[in-house]
Amino acid sequence: MKIRIKFRKYGVMKFIGHLDMMRYFQKAMRRAEIDICYSEGFSPHQIMSFAAPLGVGVTSDGEYLDIEVHRSPSTAEALRILNETMVDGVEITGYVKLSDDAKTAMSIVAAADYELSFKEGYTPVATVEQFADGIAEHFTKPAQVLITKQTKKSEKVMDLKQLVYDFQVSEKVREDGIAVPCFYLMVSTGSTDNLKPELVVEHLFAAMGLSYDANAIQIHRKDVYAADGDGYISLGDMGTAL
Amino acid sequence: MRKLALTDEILLKIEKPARYIGNEINSVVKDKSKVAIRFAMCFPDVYEIGMSHLGIQILYDMFNKREDVWCERVYSPWPDLHRIMKEQQIPLFGLESQEPIKNLDFLGITIQYEMCYTNILQILDLGQIPLLASERGEDCPIVIGGGPCTYNPEPIADFFDLFYMGEGELQYDALFDLYLKMRAEQKTRAEFLHEAAKIPGIYVPSLYEPSYHEDGTLAAFTPLFDDIPRTITKQLVLDMTQAVYPEKPVVPFIKATQDRVVLEIQRGCIRGCRFCQAGMVYRPVREKHVERLKQLAMTMLKSTGHEEISLSSLSSSDYSQLEELIDFLIDECNRRHINISLPSLRIDAFSLDVMSKVQDVKKSSLTFAPEAGSQRLRDVINKGLTEEDILNGATQAFEGGWNKVKFYFMLGLPTETTEDMQAIAKLANETAARYYDTVPKENRNGRCQITISTSFFVPKPFTPFQWARMYPPEDYIGRAKTVNDAVKEQLNRKSIKYNWHEADVTVLEGVLARGDRRVAKAVLEVYQNGGIFDAWSEYFDYKRWLDAFAACGIDPDFYTMRERELDELFPWDFIDTGVTKEFLQREWKHAMEESVTPNCRMRCSGCGVKKFGGGVCYEN
Repeated sequence: MKIRIKFRKYGVMKFIGHLDMMRYFQKAMRRAEIDICYSEGFSPHQIMSFAAPLGVGVTSDGEYLDIEVHRSPSTAEALRILNETMVDGVEITGYVKLSDDAKTAMSIVAAADYELSFKEGYTPVATVEQFADGIAEHFTKPAQVLITKQTKKSEKVMDLKQLVYDFQVSEKVREDGIAVPCFYLMVSTGSTDNLKPELVVEHLFAAMGLSYDANAIQIHRKDVYAADGDGYISLGDMGTAL
Repeated sequence: MRKLALTDEILLKIEKPARYIGNEINSVVKDKSKVAIRFAMCFPDVYEIGMSHLGIQILYDMFNKREDVWCERVYSPWPDLHRIMKEQQIPLFGLESQEPIKNLDFLGITIQYEMCYTNILQILDLGQIPLLASERGEDCPIVIGGGPCTYNPEPIADFFDLFYMGEGELQYDALFDLYLKMRAEQKTRAEFLHEAAKIPGIYVPSLYEPSYHEDGTLAAFTPLFDDIPRTITKQLVLDMTQAVYPEKPVVPFIKATQDRVVLEIQRGCIRGCRFCQAGMVYRPVREKHVERLKQLAMTMLKSTGHEEISLSSLSSSDYSQLEELIDFLIDECNRRHINISLPSLRIDAFSLDVMSKVQDVKKSSLTFAPEAGSQRLRDVINKGLTEEDILNGATQAFEGGWNKVKFYFMLGLPTETTEDMQAIAKLANETAARYYDTVPKENRNGRCQITISTSFFVPKPFTPFQWARMYPPEDYIGRAKTVNDAVKEQLNRKSIKYNWHEADVTVLEGVLARGDRRVAKAVLEVYQNGGIFDAWSEYFDYKRWLDAFAACGIDPDFYTMRERELDELFPWDFIDTGVTKEFLQREWKHAMEESVTPNCRMRCSGCGVKKFGGGVCYEN
């Protein structure tokens, strides 16, 4: 039976990298005594795959992993036993059954949306209005927005217009009570055209003549999507409750 | 959610931020307003090493079971963070509360190897706690040392307020209760330490004074007050089955060295190898009942979610109910896809059968630790493993499909000759020959792979070899070269790989292992000149140590090159480990006579630990 699990990652857990999160969930499955399937061979491993790795420092409301189980408790019961064994900063928010022929989350990821905002202790370098003008001027108006992506081996020129599906800015009240500009982006994600949202915001800052301080910006992933006809569907909306 | 001691900016800049955030499964967070004692438990090395240490997990669990105590953990910040903390004056913090350790009541440091001594100073320094105990004020934490290196605490005595000698399970309650009582009575630090020194196993170095002969050897070691004990008796658990054990050990996010459930099956060792400090100071052997172990194994696997379990002891093959335990584990673990790792097993038909069930024969290797190449030298060190044992074990293993064998030896053992060194290569060659004789060509999976590793022997306090001399670094390297040359002459040399350790660090370990109180100055000097993480070869700087010895007027040869007189008073002689000096002297003589002493189950050799009233001494 294929199961999709959705979770939130926040607080200090943002410092735990993707590989360690995989180890964390493997151990969590054993603690919760989920009857997970193992691969064949001399060193069997759990059948488990993650949708899209999350970078260190990034928080998220929409992370996904798919597992295969021999049998499963109800959605409500699974949520309860899993959350009982989570640490602060990881919360299981979804547990659904997928159809037997469902493709893994990893293979169907097409987009993800994010919020990028100024962290506590950092002063925004421009107002919401200025940023909104900047987006209109430097992103919405041009036919092409080319940026050069530096990889380990080569440089790649990308057109942001093809990869950014939504880009807005609005006001958000931070935990310390101060209202700051908050960017919303939906970008291409997955194995072929993966775009980090901070590249887009960094480009905007540069075009506006502002300096981009990565330390000042908290990146928060809201959800991850698969392609669905002309639009997108949240990975969390694809299964059925047990 | 807890606020971290380090900013995002720092945490995202350094390696492995997970080392510093706490929050792990089974870590304990208490309401600080509801506890009376705050304890920071430290392993002075990097997180992944420190988190793998069983002793801390035991004490962490035990302390936190007390409602009035909150024990948290602290490890050495890696040099990248060390630099930042120094620059920005960020005080070292406990992982659980993220609060500065200087504000807590106790800082307990486990001292597992000599080369971490500079890291102890790093902890104090980053903790913003005065390095010297004599300079600590009333509001500083009480700094406690424990662990194997405290069997000679003198080279680090200046840095500690007190040492706890022996197994931690016993006297901490008494220490905490005394602390609470004296704090309520508003007594001073000095008054507390004076009273603490009367608790069994507690050594307060500031209450003792050494004096020296003209030749530099110790003349006397005297308490400063009449009511302070002359000898400190190590503490040991008599009933291991009833002893506390962490049923919910902390599970790190990042891969620690020991990323598995560790099941301690017994403490101590019956073997009596003459070089081995653990084999002497943890006497007598005390087993845990197999039913308790079964229950612990299942509880810990469930509470951690680990995918592997490992047995821990100095010599697992000597555990009397091993077969029953392993049968149980194989049965339970196979069903749950959990791996079993079985270190320190003697290679014989039983262990080979077990290992073939729990590991991939093709990938795994067999380990032998003969420690010396020749039978003569193995008799000197009392390693009761014969060439026949090794070759038979290897032959059976080759028949069972293994083709990788690892050998561990020591060089520089007392009485070692060139023939003994060459015998290492010959033994490896003979083992390889057994492979080619045993396994027909069509069944071979390439060549067999014999790996020899040698380390250099460091004489340790409370062993029969505590009188032995050491050698200069060049001499050690010469010994390794003798082995290497001999390997190259062997018929099966292409099947043999030889690795040896560095020699400089060996000599230093020697100075620190058998040093006295005067050596502390040099440790301090090295730290002040930038020395940390000496246990890591990339950070170890031999010259920095030599310079420090010179600057402090310390002659390292005094501690390493002398063969000590049988009646010399040692800096550690005020400690009573139960094993008497007479027994050690007898064993040293037996070693020189190449005569073997039987193990504790064969015959009691009267080492002295029977007085504790438990363990193997009373098995029959």
